[in-house]
Amino acid sequence: MSEAALLTARGLGVRLAGRVVLKDVSLALSPGHLVALVGPNGAGKTTLLRALAGLIPSEGEITVGGDALASLPLRERAKRFGYLPQGHLVHWPLPARDIVALGRYPHGATDPARLSPKDAEAVLRAMQAVDVMEFSDRRVTELSGGERSRVALARALAVEAPIILADEPTASLDPRHQIDVMKNLRATADKGVLVIVVTHDLGLAARFADHVLVLKEGNLVSWGTPSEGLSERVMADVFRISAYRAEYQREAVIVPWADI
Amino acid sequence: MSVEAVTLTNEEAARRRIGATAVLAALVVLLMLISLGIGPVRLSPLAVAEALFGGGSEVSQVIVREIRLPRTLLALAIGAILGLSGASLQGLLRNPLASPSLFGAPQSAAFGAVLVIALGLADVRSYALPVAAIVAAFVSVFVLLAIAGRNAGLLILILSGLAISSFAGAATALVMNLSSNPFLVLEIAFWLLGSLEDRSFQHVMLAFPFIIAGALMLFSQRHAFRALSLGEETAQSLGVDVGRLRLFVISGVALGVGGAVAVTGTIGFIGLVAPHLMRPLIGHDPGRLLVPSALTGSALLLAADIAVRIIPSTSDIKVGVLTSIIGVPFFLYLIMRERRALGGGVA
Repeated sequence: MSEAALLTARGLGVRLAGRVVLKDVSLALSPGHLVALVGPNGAGKTTLLRALAGLIPSEGEITVGGDALASLPLRERAKRFGYLPQGHLVHWPLPARDIVALGRYPHGATDPARLSPKDAEAVLRAMQAVDVMEFSDRRVTELSGGERSRVALARALAVEAPIILADEPTASLDPRHQIDVMKNLRATADKGVLVIVVTHDLGLAARFADHVLVLKEGNLVSWGTPSEGLSERVMADVFRISAYRAEYQREAVIVPWADI
Repeated sequence: MSVEAVTLTNEEAARRRIGATAVLAALVVLLMLISLGIGPVRLSPLAVAEALFGGGSEVSQVIVREIRLPRTLLALAIGAILGLSGASLQGLLRNPLASPSLFGAPQSAAFGAVLVIALGLADVRSYALPVAAIVAAFVSVFVLLAIAGRNAGLLILILSGLAISSFAGAATALVMNLSSNPFLVLEIAFWLLGSLEDRSFQHVMLAFPFIIAGALMLFSQRHAFRALSLGEETAQSLGVDVGRLRLFVISGVALGVGGAVAVTGTIGFIGLVAPHLMRPLIGHDPGRLLVPSALTGSALLLAADIAVRIIPSTSDIKVGVLTSIIGVPFFLYLIMRERRALGGGVA
């Protein structure tokens, strides 16, 4: 991570209801990378993602593209992060296209019925990138889990933000759709976007990520390329497991194997 | 597919929405003309229109412009603010069973007004009345949303609403119980039934500023409701200030409902019903439902107020009684339809 950092945090800490959930996390992440954020349940992964996006109050200092996050107004922050929460919840049966169009909200396109040509193009690009054009008019509540997760991803992509934050985008998807989502995120990173993905799937993290960040009990305990960040020692200390490690088609393979 | 394909389908849906809204607006105008024509002296819609714009006999001008117009204007505005409040609360809470009357807002507003009257602080034509009603409505909605928290399920909302409306009802009953003046008790009771009878332009002036302010506050948040379809956290990540939005909705509903209750008493269930009637026509987008729901609310209250004047009965039926008699079975029907979601909340 030697290039100019796009997103930095220094001494980042979060307390929720008096409990320390995240302490003294410092990091510097550059554009064009896919970063996997891993750790056991309750390690503070989602909290870190929320804090980085400025969705919850935190101690310490966060900068985005050189600007202090705290100094940015809400609308300006919204343009810099495409935030994809867990669960892909949609409360009303709206057509998929309208959901994706909400990604343009930070840019002032608050009404999906009246998109400027520029916003309509962005919506179209996002929908084509994850191949959801065919159910553009269908209600999201009627889509399958895999289809809905792609619509949610298209919504986050439509922001066309320099940073994408995705919280367990592959959870509850079948293997084919998991790979599909990770490929889309990989392609997004390759276009120069910083993509941070929370995941429990160490295999997907090892294969698709440029870097992994490992959290344990609110501390950032390991980082680096997948084979460095997820070393045998880290697997034992943090996850309390051993893993089968190999290389297949020149990519790292890590398969969690036994508890220790 | 091209960019045109994306915008084209949107335009088609927009045409349907605009068509439905125009038909609704025409219906509201028609109901207003009928409302102005009904009473001891029946006037045809044509005669009403003539009298409104200074034509026809002097008698019909007085009847239409001075006696019936305030009543009709109040039905129009109060129906609209109730429909708008219901649609806004449903948008804010992402819940099709949210509405001012189920949350106890009108009942609380009525308590505020009754208290002011019973304490002798104001007569029924002073601005103290709507102010007290608005404050009480604000407190009730605020407390409800505070209890419900950020991601309240259906069950918590309905139960808290039940508790608050029961409490407001009990408090009102206590005031009547302790009141030593039987005439005052009678006046309060009749007024609580909810009626538009014998209202003057003084009442219009009393209620309109608050109703208009509340409506503007709610309408200004229409796009935020749309973003909120994705949940509070995602809406916030899209640049919506969720805390401010909540305060706007609570204030808007309190101003509108408080202002309305102060001059007509409690008129329930229009806020619940109106958005439901519109969803099949307009779609589920909570931002687009606001104006059609307001128009539907107007049409419903105008129609109910016409009905109470036509239905033959020995004593006058109060319009608030009629809306509840029709609204409660509708509420039961909605509960049946949402049974799965409610059952899931219990388990």
